[in-house]
Amino acid sequence: MNIIDMTIHELHTALQGKQLSSVEATKAMLARIEAVEPQVGSFITVTPEQALADAASADIRIAAGKMDVLTGIPVALKDIFLTEGIRTTCGSRILDNFIPPYSATSYEKLKERGAVLLGKLNQDEFAMGSSNESSAYGITRNPWDLTRIPGGSSGGSAAAVAAHEAIATLGTDTGGSIRQPASHCGCVGLKPTYGRVSRYGVIAYASSLDQVGPLTRDVTDCAIMLSAIAGYDPKDSTSVDTPVPDYTASLTQGVKGLKIGLPKEYFIAGLDPDVQRTMDAAIETYRRLGAEFVDISLPHTDYAVATYYLIATAEASSNLARYDGVRFGHRADADGLLGMYSKSRSEGFGAEVKRRIMLGTYALSSGYYDAYYVKAQKVRTLIMNDFTQAFADVDVMLTPVAPTPAFKIGEKVNDPLQMYLSDIFTIPVNLAGTCALSLPAGFSNSGLPIGLQLIGKPFGEETLLRAGYAFEQATEWHSRKATI
Amino acid sequence: MKYQPVIGLEVHVQLLTDTKIFCGCSTKFGSEPNSQTCPVCLGLPGALPVLNKKVVEFAIKAGLSTNCSITPRSIFARKNYFYPDLPKGYQISQFEDPICQRGWLDIKVDEQDMKRIGITRIHMEEDAGKLVHGESSGPGDGSGVDLNRACTPLLEVVSEPDLRSSDEAVVYLKQLHQIVTWLGICDGNMEEGSFRCDANISVMPVGSSMLGTRAEIKNVNSFKFVKQAIEYEIQRQIDLIEDGGTVVQETRLFDPNSGTTRSMRSKEEAHDYRYFPDPDLVPLVISDEWVERSRQELPELPEQRQHRFMVELGLPPYDAEVLTASRALADYFEAGVAAGGSAKLVSNWTMGEITRALNDSGTSIEASPVTPQQLADLLKLIDNGTISGKIAKTVFDEMWRSGKAPQAIVEEQGLVQVSDSGAIEGLIDEIMAANAGQVEEFRGGKEKVFGFFVGQVMKASKGKANPAVVNELLLSKLKG
Repeated sequence: MNIIDMTIHELHTALQGKQLSSVEATKAMLARIEAVEPQVGSFITVTPEQALADAASADIRIAAGKMDVLTGIPVALKDIFLTEGIRTTCGSRILDNFIPPYSATSYEKLKERGAVLLGKLNQDEFAMGSSNESSAYGITRNPWDLTRIPGGSSGGSAAAVAAHEAIATLGTDTGGSIRQPASHCGCVGLKPTYGRVSRYGVIAYASSLDQVGPLTRDVTDCAIMLSAIAGYDPKDSTSVDTPVPDYTASLTQGVKGLKIGLPKEYFIAGLDPDVQRTMDAAIETYRRLGAEFVDISLPHTDYAVATYYLIATAEASSNLARYDGVRFGHRADADGLLGMYSKSRSEGFGAEVKRRIMLGTYALSSGYYDAYYVKAQKVRTLIMNDFTQAFADVDVMLTPVAPTPAFKIGEKVNDPLQMYLSDIFTIPVNLAGTCALSLPAGFSNSGLPIGLQLIGKPFGEETLLRAGYAFEQATEWHSRKATI
Repeated sequence: MKYQPVIGLEVHVQLLTDTKIFCGCSTKFGSEPNSQTCPVCLGLPGALPVLNKKVVEFAIKAGLSTNCSITPRSIFARKNYFYPDLPKGYQISQFEDPICQRGWLDIKVDEQDMKRIGITRIHMEEDAGKLVHGESSGPGDGSGVDLNRACTPLLEVVSEPDLRSSDEAVVYLKQLHQIVTWLGICDGNMEEGSFRCDANISVMPVGSSMLGTRAEIKNVNSFKFVKQAIEYEIQRQIDLIEDGGTVVQETRLFDPNSGTTRSMRSKEEAHDYRYFPDPDLVPLVISDEWVERSRQELPELPEQRQHRFMVELGLPPYDAEVLTASRALADYFEAGVAAGGSAKLVSNWTMGEITRALNDSGTSIEASPVTPQQLADLLKLIDNGTISGKIAKTVFDEMWRSGKAPQAIVEEQGLVQVSDSGAIEGLIDEIMAANAGQVEEFRGGKEKVFGFFVGQVMKASKGKANPAVVNELLLSKLKG
């Protein structure tokens, strides 16, 4: 088997059996990156020296018999994770020269287990986007069709997995930024429950919605990655102190008797026929596996996108205030303090980021705060209540991830509203703070991957992964490879 | 027309925690610029605040000591504005639901009357850094930023507009200062900015119930300046109205050099801080048990202690007030009493000799070379007639200088009071014999000469003769 085609658990077995070394595996990945990067553009920064050094220490650790399942596994991180001594741009020109003096907790956890860092992945600037077109470091192309977007904002994280440039990656999900690209690129993507994974050292877009999660080739890998990064972090007050199970332990328990809810608001008329057909087939598969389906309703779904674009932009307008040219990042030459501020930020931020800063500033302004921000928070509570009530009757929910398969590069760039609507099925999960899994579920007639979304109860990741694993065992969608 | 000033104060109290409010960096003053910083207080991307529990404990203590209710679920908010000393572009503070609400302080406005001043709220927040200009700012001719102070914990204590004069404002401020230093939550150093004050001031015609437009005066950092700034501002506003002008809502800066205030920014230029709850911090939940535990841990407050000094120890109100000026002074006094000194005598000496010696030498009461035990021992020597009050002062000076015990000094220098009537009679006889003329004068009715004889006897005894015994013997002998 080709090294670059392996999953974490396959490569782990090979490393453990000494069939190959981590250095060999890492070299194979670096060669693959070199070969396909000109077409795909998954990476902002490739770190071959770091990778080979990591791999060499992993091999020592393996030889010493102190191996973890992630030891020696080549992974890559969205460029939103701070990596000490390695440039971290967040897809923005304003951080073009930023070398962080510390690392994100999730990266530290992967390092402790001996994972190998291949580099930093492309993304929408400050995670604001659904197509990776807002990156200051060029677009990322969908490995299944290079004329299409990979999704966003963790587009590089999904494309790298799909193009077999990394065995697994980490992304972040604020309104669908892991699940939508996973769906478009045919990989598995998990947005954990808010508070399940530390946000420390992850550049903030919208603090109350941001969550770190893995993108992988299959569900088992997803469970391995989540087990590694989950857990309470005293450096993140919003991380939750509940025990972390071994998520791989319960994967095989099946879905017999599992109650799956189908929220009617997610199966709207006019849904893309390929997506509709894929959902119908997935429902049939689960039914065959012994799951029960229940029609449910999440009545406030219609307000989710509007609510999200008030809360997320409000938080972003404040979170991005620190990029002022004073202590780090881009500083423009200008006369006076005000000039320096406005010129640095004008030059440093791209159009979408500016648009969201302005929206958020407006929503928080005196005289508008109650009508926008406070109102949005109230609606958010109603959306949360929708989920709480629905979960009284079901174990998980099944919905599409995105209304359409991956769209063409440039198709929605000039229509932000259309772009925003591509997250219509993923955003409510972030507002509710719960977890959801994006799973390869089929292909469009033109051969584009289509994902299905399983939404779980808060801290119900085990159930999600078990349901995902059962589906994966019953289908072969995840084993198809992009032809690049 | 007569005008009534209306004043409210906002006081920033820097808390005496070892570490900052949202990270583990030291709060020490005066270190190398930016040496006490980390990703959190530098506002680096990805860094997150974690609340220092000590700050909450201090805030609860301050709230309970000012009769506030403690909010069971309080919220941190972001106050958004750009300034180079503010690393994140927002200050983490509290806006809606601050930790302490609706309290008061009773202040003494004159000898008889107390007045209740409402405290609207007390909230927790982080301080900003400092801009450094000129040569010390590093290479080039620009300005530097020192973020050692960034993220240092502050309480902001906001009063109701209940104060009516600069004097009331100063009394209120001093009382608040006394409480926070007494609690040990603030060092009270106004020069270093550990206790600083902004004043909101307006005037209205006497008898009116319509408040005038207020100006906020910033940067008043001593009791003297508070008085000056408020008086200047009241007069400025009155003059303005009398001349047919109107007061505009604005922020003004006090200039201690000229004693005047000048406009800093108008209402139109005021920031829209866009407060909203900080999503990086969860709501702060404070249980009733926590509040009760804090209440149990509170030290006896100045007012309560004053009361006890008067009722239990029989001190006059004046003494009780002076002795409770600081907790250390009150502790000193009580330790002296506990060591066996009589309350009034310890009080006199603490307010008198001790305070004088401390002031002369610039020593704090905690560092007094004469311990309360030693003071009590000295006073016992007076009480039991070993030495006179006058000799005691000499002994005290020696104790202060050498740190020796009073008994030792008395013995070494032979200062024991002579009460033996035989010895004193001998001295009296000698003096009467040598001053026969004055004896005649006394016996002839000129009783003022008595003082002369007392003086002579004391002098002959080198001050050691017991004055009471001298008086008694001298009188009987002179009357012969």
